[in-house]
Amino acid sequence: MFGLNRNDTLLLIVVALLTMLAPFLLNPFPEGSSLAQFNGGYPDLMQRFVIFGIFAIGFNILFGLTGYLSFGHAAFLGVGSYAAIWMMKLLTMNVVPAIIISVIVAGLFSLVVGYICLRRSGIYFSILTLAFAQMSYALAYSVLTPITGGETGLQPKLSDPRILDAAIGSGVTPRANFFGIEMGTSWQWDWNGWVFTFNAGYYLAAVIMLVAFYLSIRIFRSPFGMMLRAIKTNQNRLNYTGVNSKPYTLAAFVISGMYAGLAGGLLVAMDTQVGPERMFWTASGEVVLMTILGGVGTLIGPVLGAGLIKYMENILSKINEGLLQKWFAFMPETAGDAVVTVLGLFTGKGWHLTLGLLFMIVVIFLPGGLVEGGKRLFGIGRRKKKAPPAASPPPTTTPAE
Amino acid sequence: MTGSNKTIGRRGLLKGGAALGAAGLAAPTFFTHSARAEMHSGYLNAPTGKSVTLGFNVPQSGPYADEGADELRAYKLAVEHLNGGGDGGMMNTFSSKALTGNGILGKKVEYVTGDTQTKSDAARASAKSMIEKDGAVMITGGSSSGVAVAVQALCQETGIMFMAGLTHSNDTTGKDRKANGFRHFFNSYMSGAALAPVLANAYGKDRKAYHLTADYNWGYTTEEAVTQATEGMGWETVNTVKTPLTQTDFSSYIAPVLQSGADVLVLNHYGGNMVNSLTNAVQFGLRDKQVNGKNFEIVVPLYSRLMAKGAGANVKGIFGSTNWHWSLQDEGSKAFVKSFGTKYGFPPSQAAHTTYVQTLLYADACERAGTFNPCGVVEALEGFFFSGLGNGPTIYRKEDHQCFKDVLVVKGKENPESEFDLLEVVEVTPMSKVWYSPDHPQMGGADATLGTCNTGA
Amino acid sequence: MDAILLQILNGLDKGSAYALIALGLTLIFGTLGVVNFAHGALFMIGAFCAVVLSRLLSFSKTVIDETRTDFLGNPLKVDLPYMHQWFGEAAGQTIIDWSVPLAILFSIPIMFAIGYAMERGLIRHFYKRPHADQILVTFGLAIVLQEIVKYFFGANPIQTPAPPAFTGSFDFGALVGLDPNTIIYPYWRLIYFSFAVVIISAVFAFLRFTTFGMVVRAGMADRETVGLLGIDIDKRFTLMFALAACVAGLAGVMYAPINAPNYHMGMDFLVLSFVVVVVGGMGSMAGAVLAGFLLGILESIASMSQVIDYLPGINQIVIYLVAIIILLTRPRGLMGRKGVMED
Repeated sequence: MFGLNRNDTLLLIVVALLTMLAPFLLNPFPEGSSLAQFNGGYPDLMQRFVIFGIFAIGFNILFGLTGYLSFGHAAFLGVGSYAAIWMMKLLTMNVVPAIIISVIVAGLFSLVVGYICLRRSGIYFSILTLAFAQMSYALAYSVLTPITGGETGLQPKLSDPRILDAAIGSGVTPRANFFGIEMGTSWQWDWNGWVFTFNAGYYLAAVIMLVAFYLSIRIFRSPFGMMLRAIKTNQNRLNYTGVNSKPYTLAAFVISGMYAGLAGGLLVAMDTQVGPERMFWTASGEVVLMTILGGVGTLIGPVLGAGLIKYMENILSKINEGLLQKWFAFMPETAGDAVVTVLGLFTGKGWHLTLGLLFMIVVIFLPGGLVEGGKRLFGIGRRKKKAPPAASPPPTTTPAE
Repeated sequence: MTGSNKTIGRRGLLKGGAALGAAGLAAPTFFTHSARAEMHSGYLNAPTGKSVTLGFNVPQSGPYADEGADELRAYKLAVEHLNGGGDGGMMNTFSSKALTGNGILGKKVEYVTGDTQTKSDAARASAKSMIEKDGAVMITGGSSSGVAVAVQALCQETGIMFMAGLTHSNDTTGKDRKANGFRHFFNSYMSGAALAPVLANAYGKDRKAYHLTADYNWGYTTEEAVTQATEGMGWETVNTVKTPLTQTDFSSYIAPVLQSGADVLVLNHYGGNMVNSLTNAVQFGLRDKQVNGKNFEIVVPLYSRLMAKGAGANVKGIFGSTNWHWSLQDEGSKAFVKSFGTKYGFPPSQAAHTTYVQTLLYADACERAGTFNPCGVVEALEGFFFSGLGNGPTIYRKEDHQCFKDVLVVKGKENPESEFDLLEVVEVTPMSKVWYSPDHPQMGGADATLGTCNTGA
Repeated sequence: MDAILLQILNGLDKGSAYALIALGLTLIFGTLGVVNFAHGALFMIGAFCAVVLSRLLSFSKTVIDETRTDFLGNPLKVDLPYMHQWFGEAAGQTIIDWSVPLAILFSIPIMFAIGYAMERGLIRHFYKRPHADQILVTFGLAIVLQEIVKYFFGANPIQTPAPPAFTGSFDFGALVGLDPNTIIYPYWRLIYFSFAVVIISAVFAFLRFTTFGMVVRAGMADRETVGLLGIDIDKRFTLMFALAACVAGLAGVMYAPINAPNYHMGMDFLVLSFVVVVVGGMGSMAGAVLAGFLLGILESIASMSQVIDYLPGINQIVIYLVAIIILLTRPRGLMGRKGVMED
């Protein structure tokens, strides 16, 4: 289907199902139960899952395929966001022009940056991209305040021109919409204590993510993708065979920059606000971590990595001591206090610690990221069912020093 | 192959239908702007049960984590007092007696917390999860103006009340003011207006000032406020230099100060910036110098005790302004310090005071309005005149939702008696001296409007 | 002219910190081939060694003073440092005041142990792994170390002053015959610069003139051949990692009086030190040191108000701008070797 082979079609269908049913899947616990804290099925977080999924998918096209590690991708996301918010201020609150322009502007910016940075490879390339991103951040925060709003960022205001929109009544906040459907519109379904929220903005973002995901599969399977992998494997050999690899890497760079811009535009579409800190190096680092955590060079890995990091950022950081005390109230007081103290180190204000430990654990025990973890789990399950226990590997002797 | 896609669509539908049948009732409700609203009460997140949820959104990671932690302590204390626990703190000294220790409007107060990370994106994500997932009716907190402006705009858009925490930039109730947001903290303009006369008194009217300003919005408004106020006293501004926010070593900015012929250095820095620039300035021996026949002086427009602690002995004798200080001797402040100190073992910071007061003010406004409806609460808070919450008589101005009250001019204490005893109040500048018109040019001029209150329904 | 001289002086101490961190990073990279994102955290831990020692030295007995009251009206609890009791008030206070220089001795075994444990326990399993994995695991470690420090010391900066003898500044301008007050320079920064020069020279001399250093340099050039010669290069590389941790730690200890330590100071330096290493050229220690001082001085000069007036915002971006220009004109940085980290 759609020019994909069987496995890829299956993957696409699974991803489509997961995203479409996310409001159910992410809200497994009934409202009001003590575990409801772990529900992630509210619009903002679901939107973030798919938007950062897009960001990571795009990053993976560059990093996973060509091996070029960009440390400045957040700059493209930020530039896309600024472009989108200016569209909303000048043209219309409809998200379509904003998203389109964010992709275009980020594409152009990444073309310039990529053209310069791709003159070098390896860590020299990484530092060049980092330098561009840090400059964008520093300037947006300070000197470019008239364009970027500085620290406080930009939001649509009543006084903006918005030449395509009809005038809105005074005092009403302008809201992002998709041909009249406001992004904040939600449809809620109460069912036996469970509450499922279906949000217009989420479904728009989810559909766009599916398209982005589909395109990335096509890129992975195309001759162009093969060429990019060849660059990763051995660029010298490629050059000796007479292929100029630069246009390919530049194309990959621009494509991933456009993905980042798309993510930036969608962020603005869902939440009409931009601040410069989305371009800080930690934001660039975050997408690297998402990709590695999920599994570099795999199709679904970056999306999983993005989801896991955003889930921890939004759910784990909200588990405070009061909540923990409530959960462990059934225990005898001293034991309960001890458990609360220990867990308190890892939740609430300590959520960064958990994040750091997670990075270490995943990379130590699952070198291929979450995808490899999934494969191993799947593999174990299958082996238990079908295959007789494999012959034990020949005993390895440790060489004496 | 398209067939397979359709089957899935139908299967999904069937599953949904079955679930619908099983529930029997479950007529889906359709509404705008997320989260569960009760149509009959007409505003977003109207509490239906026996409790009401407030959202405490403070920095728990990053450089302001300690201030955030202190804010959170104050919030917990406020919730305890509202629910009738503890000694009642400032509820006993508050001039309005609507609060009885029986929660708010008879509903028990519960709270959720979140981490702003001092980033506007993260702060908005955290606030949205409180609104969409936890059903909070009010968001409060924050430790920087960028975050306050971003979250205030979000609350305006969704229809939730916002009670700002520590935010000092003029913009929060200036050009970015919003109907659903209120700020108890003072601002850059007030700092300038309160400081200038004290400085002129202490250092004379013939002074040349050199400004180092953190290169972002708060720095700009503070620089503008302080230069205008001091120039009004006859001072001359020799130079203003912007320093990068991420700067940690300010030596290259401080070293040229003496060459410029300035005899006062104004550090428009906050937090870690302030600690480092002040430390560097003292290292360079600026305070031992004589310029133009006068002692060289340093001024820090916005002080916080937590940060003064970071700067250690360097703050001795340095003037600045602060919103509130635990050594104040009015009944409200004493009651608050007593209950906070008894519970946690150390005195509260100004951030803690502001957030505690904001929670009480919100609860009181709900009681007086008889509803949690933001428009009712806004109406109850607008023009509200009260006292007994520290800082003497206080008014929430109707036009811009800025709080007007006495402003404290403080000085680093020469002989501190304890690790908390770092600042001494040298002057309490009365409300009338820091008053300005709502369309003041520093506040966005005539263009700045609140808009109308939003209930989110 | 004197303004520029002043900024060059200022750049020297900033450059010293960059150079020391970058030197350690290059040592680790050159010997083990590992990109260590936890290096900034080691710098931070060094600074906190100074904090810990000053806390230990001022460890106090709590005495209740009935004549004074605390903020709640209870009798005031006064801390009486044991140092004062043991050595008398004056001598005891002197020991406490000198905690930062003393922390140099205190920190060496600690940093060495931390470095050794890090290499043995974690880093050695990542020699053969892709650089991306190394980055992820060391970044995770950096976060964990940071959070541990934050748990014990909070997020606010902790003032750790230099001994009173070295606080304050001297008039450098007057020394060289300029008008007084044109060039002032704090004593401690002069000490920091000298300290950095000593450490850097010591590391270079160690690698140049000892047999151990010779083997390590040989191992950096061609690890396999050295291994084939029957030399246990791994053990030496472990020691080199511990040495690099010590260098970062010492840089941190001495930096504590310049800027009050806080838990995220390592991250603030990390990115800049990577830029420094790369501008210097991967694998070149001389390049790292040179680039450290160069970028430190350029950063200082760009922050002059005369420069900012012409090029607004240049002080925000100068390091990155210079890095871009250098990398575009010199493909492997200032002194980089061919083939290192280029794939």
